Amino acid sequence: MNIIQLIKKLTLIDFIKGFIVTLKAFFRRKVTVQYPEVKTPLSPRFRGKLALMRYDNGEERCIACKLCSAVCPAQAISIESEERADGSRRTTKFEIDAFKCIYCGFCEEACPVDSIVETDIFEYHMTENEQRIQTKEMLLATGDEYREQTIENKKKDSRYR
Amino acid sequence: MKDFLISFLSFLDPQWINLIWSLLQIAIVTICLILTVVFLVYFERKVIGYMHARVGPNRVGPKGTLQSIADTIKLLLKEVIIPDKADRFFFLLSPLLLLIPALAAWAVIPFSPEFIIADINAGLLYLLALTSFGVYGVILAGWASNSKYAFLGSMRAAAQMVAYEIAMGFALVGVLMAGGSLKLGEIVAAQTGGVLSWFWIPLFPLFIVYFISGIAETNRHPFDLAEGEAEIVAGFHVEYSGIGFAIFFLAEYINMALISVLTSIMFLGGWESFFAGIPFLESSVFSFLTEPSIFWLLLKTLFFLFVFIWLRASFPRYRYDQLMSLGWKVLIPITILWIGVECIMYVMQIGPWSVT
Ligand code: SF4
Ligand code: SF4
Repeated sequence: MNIIQLIKKLTLIDFIKGFIVTLKAFFRRKVTVQYPEVKTPLSPRFRGKLALMRYDNGEERCIACKLCSAVCPAQAISIESEERADGSRRTTKFEIDAFKCIYCGFCEEACPVDSIVETDIFEYHMTENEQRIQTKEMLLATGDEYREQTIENKKKDSRYR
Repeated sequence: MKDFLISFLSFLDPQWINLIWSLLQIAIVTICLILTVVFLVYFERKVIGYMHARVGPNRVGPKGTLQSIADTIKLLLKEVIIPDKADRFFFLLSPLLLLIPALAAWAVIPFSPEFIIADINAGLLYLLALTSFGVYGVILAGWASNSKYAFLGSMRAAAQMVAYEIAMGFALVGVLMAGGSLKLGEIVAAQTGGVLSWFWIPLFPLFIVYFISGIAETNRHPFDLAEGEAEIVAGFHVEYSGIGFAIFFLAEYINMALISVLTSIMFLGGWESFFAGIPFLESSVFSFLTEPSIFWLLLKTLFFLFVFIWLRASFPRYRYDQLMSLGWKVLIPITILWIGVECIMYVMQIGPWSVT
């Protein structure tokens, strides 16, 4: 240990420097956002709760191509399909495990008919463990509920895609 | 207030009046201490928040002032869990072993020239004895929990407290020499005069060493190896829940306040005013500013409490071997050296003290 280091140690220079840093922060303007009352702006590209969309005539978009479940890195989507009475291929089971999903948005990218989308809803919760499985009905209901704002968000973002 | 008590209870023996007066004083100090802790928890969270450029608690009550009350109620309502294989008796005893010395030490603190619960002759010795007593609570808590993490934490705490106790004791020897008395009141009286006649100037190294070892004694950041969340979860109180944990918490904060008040008494002139000894002020209308009062003591204590929290917001935790080498290889030699210097100053009559 040379003499300069010794002097530095004994005069606690480094400690005083550290103290000054925090004291400066003490008087700095605070940046906390008072969350439930004030919210930070969201990008239209925000990836929130998953939903299934419908055509304007109410027909569900999904054609059970299973691309989304193939691309999903978390393997959160499980799909079973059958032929419907009118001869079109439709899903009989479409479930997303909300605990597995990492909200990467790959499913949305992969979907050929823009059926599965991510809304900008992030304030939702479940009270039972079983509710983490989002069934087809739940997903369609979410899609119906937030239809307008989701479409608007996708329109805003389409310019950059 | 005592006169009032005497006139009110004049039919009683003076002995009884003294007893009642002491009990009253004890009640006042204890209640004030608990309120201090309530304030301190809020103060700490706010200050650390501000130093992180956040606002800290602001939901419960106006500006979040009732936050610590809410915390306390939450802690008191929680279930007390006693581990199956724990030693029940010691498990329940050890929080009290930590709390009682922490409270008892306040008996000899002179808050103002008149207000002191027990003005005993060996105040300083009493304090040293009681502050080192706290380590039993920590060791027993760790041992009785029958958990490896708790045991590791208490072993660390024991080694650390013993090491820093020595540096602390030596620093107090310096104060003792300068003050010429073991009575805390007389130590303060020896510092009368302005800021320049307080002991922090002639005893500056001891002042710093005392405060650092005080931080280590109370197991506060950056010396909170005993609870090191990162390595041993929460150290010696990992198995405690509800009110047991609350008592540990209370004891820690009371000890913090104790170290702060002692540092102000022994090095910053206790109840002496910052402005005392300035002739210009003493003769003007501001002469009340130069009067000694409990207000100054509280102000100084608050400053040291702020430094405690400031430290916590600023620095990472020490590594255990660094902690030990700081205690044994740096602080103790410095204190011994400075006691030597002080002896020379004493003999040569340099400094504020005079040989009588
Ligand atoms: S967002 Fe990503 S993880 Fe979630 S379901 Fe779609 S592909 Fe899977
Ligand atoms: S949601 Fe889209 S990608 Fe997934 S199965 Fe239906 S159509 Fe295919």
